[in-house]
Amino acid sequence: MTNNIVEIDNLSFGYKGRLLHKGINMVFPRGKVVAIMGGSGSGKTTLLRLIGGQIKPTKGEVRVHGDVVHKQGRDGIFKLRRKMGMLFQQGALFTDLSVYENVAFPMRELTDLPNSMIHDLVLMKLNAVGLRGAHTLMPTELSGGMARRVALARAIALDPAIMMYDEPFAGLDPISMGVICSLIRSLNDALGATSIIVSHDVKETFLIADYVYFVADGVVTAEGTPDDLMQSTLPFVHQFVHGDKDGPVPFHYPAGNYQSELMKQH
Amino acid sequence: MTKSNPLISIIKTLQGLGHRMVERIWRLGAGARLFFLTIAYSAESFKRFHLTLREIYSTGVMSLLIVIVSAFFVGMVLALQGYNTLQKYGSSEAIGVLVSLSLVRELGPVVTALLFAGRAGTAITAEIGLMKTTEQLSAMEMMAVNPIARVVAPRFWAGVISMPVLATLFSMVGILGGYIVAVPLIGVDEGAFWSQMQANVDFQSDIVNGIIKSLVFGIACTMIALFEGFDAPPTAEGVSRATTRTVVISSLTVLGLDFVLTSFMLVI
Repeated sequence: MTNNIVEIDNLSFGYKGRLLHKGINMVFPRGKVVAIMGGSGSGKTTLLRLIGGQIKPTKGEVRVHGDVVHKQGRDGIFKLRRKMGMLFQQGALFTDLSVYENVAFPMRELTDLPNSMIHDLVLMKLNAVGLRGAHTLMPTELSGGMARRVALARAIALDPAIMMYDEPFAGLDPISMGVICSLIRSLNDALGATSIIVSHDVKETFLIADYVYFVADGVVTAEGTPDDLMQSTLPFVHQFVHGDKDGPVPFHYPAGNYQSELMKQH
Repeated sequence: MTKSNPLISIIKTLQGLGHRMVERIWRLGAGARLFFLTIAYSAESFKRFHLTLREIYSTGVMSLLIVIVSAFFVGMVLALQGYNTLQKYGSSEAIGVLVSLSLVRELGPVVTALLFAGRAGTAITAEIGLMKTTEQLSAMEMMAVNPIARVVAPRFWAGVISMPVLATLFSMVGILGGYIVAVPLIGVDEGAFWSQMQANVDFQSDIVNGIIKSLVFGIACTMIALFEGFDAPPTAEGVSRATTRTVVISSLTVLGLDFVLTSFMLVI
C-alpha cells in the first residue's frame, strides 16, 4: 500500500484559454507537512481546490487515498472531503454564528453526536488553539490571528486525515504568525495527519515543512527539503528564498513597447 | 489620427449585443438550475427546519414594520382618492368595496412584493454575496456541507411562506387605513362601508386569487434574490451590482407577472 495520502499526477488545468498548470506531479506522504510555494497567481490555491474536488483538471488526475477525485460523484466527493480539513486565507468563519457554533458546525452537520459530547469536543478543539475563553465571542469581535485560530479549530473539528492551509500566515502580526506556525506542526503531529501548506512566506514555511515544492509558470520548478532549497543555486529558487529584487521573475506584467504606447494617438 | 471603419463598429455593436443576449440566456438557465436544485435539496433542508424558521424571522417578521406602515398609508390614500371620485357619481358608500378590492386583488400582493424585494430581497442577495466573497460558501463545500440545502433552501422557503402572510396583512391593515379615513374622518356610513364590502368581495375570485398572486411573487422575488447573491462576482462592486439587480429584476418581474396572472384569473 502506498504511503502517499495525496498524489497529483501529470495535472494540467486552465480556464479561458489560459493554461495555469502544465503537467504537475506531486506527492504528499502520510504524516508529513508539505508546502507548495510560488509567487502570487502561480496557481497554488487552485491546486488546493483541485485536491478538494471543487474544480476539475483539464488533464491528469488528483488521487486522495487512491481515489481519483474528479471521477467521484457528488456523494463520493463529499465522502472524500470528510477526511479533509481546510483553513482558508481569511478564515471564512460564518459571521452569523459564534466562535462556539462555528467550531460545532461540522459536528452538527455531519454527525449525530449528542449536544453534551459536541460541547466537550468544541471546548477541546478551542483549547488546542488557545481560545477556549473566547467561545462566546462573535467572529466580528476577533482579531485576524484569533479568527485564523478559530478557523483552524473548526478545520480540525472532525480530526481530518488531510489538512490544507491556504496562505495561513498572510496578514498576521509576528506573534500570531508564530502561534499559527507552531500550531500547524503540533496539530499535524498530534493528529497523525498529512498537511499541505500553500504559502509564499519562506521563513515560517521552511520552519515547519518537511518537503517543499516550488511552482512557477505552471510547472514544478524545484522541490526538496527546506535545507536543500536554501542552498539551491537555481535562479528562481534563489530569488524567491532570498527575496532578491532582480532575477527570473519579472517586475513588469507582459506589455507592448513602452515608447510606442506613450506615443500612440487616441 | 486614424478614422474608425463604420462596418467594423457595426460588427462590434452586433457582437456586443449577441454577447449580452447569450449572457442573459445563460443566466436564465443558471437561475432555473438553481431553482430546481433548491427544490431537490429542500427535503434535506427541512430536516433542520429551525433554519427555515430563523429565516422566516429575518425575512418575514423583520419586514412587518415597513409592510404595515405602507399598507396603512396606501389604504388611507385609496379612501381619499376613491371618495373624491365616487361622490361625483353619488356612490360614496361603495368606498369600502373600492378600497378592499383594490387591496386584495392588486395592491396587496404587488406592493408587498415590491417592498419585500427592497427590504428582504436585497438583504438576502447581500448576505449570500458576502458569504461567497468571504469564502464561507467554499468553506461549507469543503466541509462536505451542501450550501444549497444549508443556505439557499431555508431562505427560499422562508420567502415563499412569508410573502402570502405579509400580503394578507397588507390588505387587512390597508382596509383599516381606508376605514379610518372613510368612516370617522369623512363620515361615510359605517354599515354601508362594511356591508357593501362583504357583499362584493368574493372569497374565491378575490381573496384566494390575491393569495395565489402573492405566492407566485414570493417564489419569484426570493429566487431572484438568491440567484443574484449566489451568482455575484466575489468583490465589493460585484455584490453591490447584484443587490441593485435584485431590486430592478424583482420589481419588473412582479409587475410583468401581475399582468399575466391577472389576465389568466379574469379569463378563468
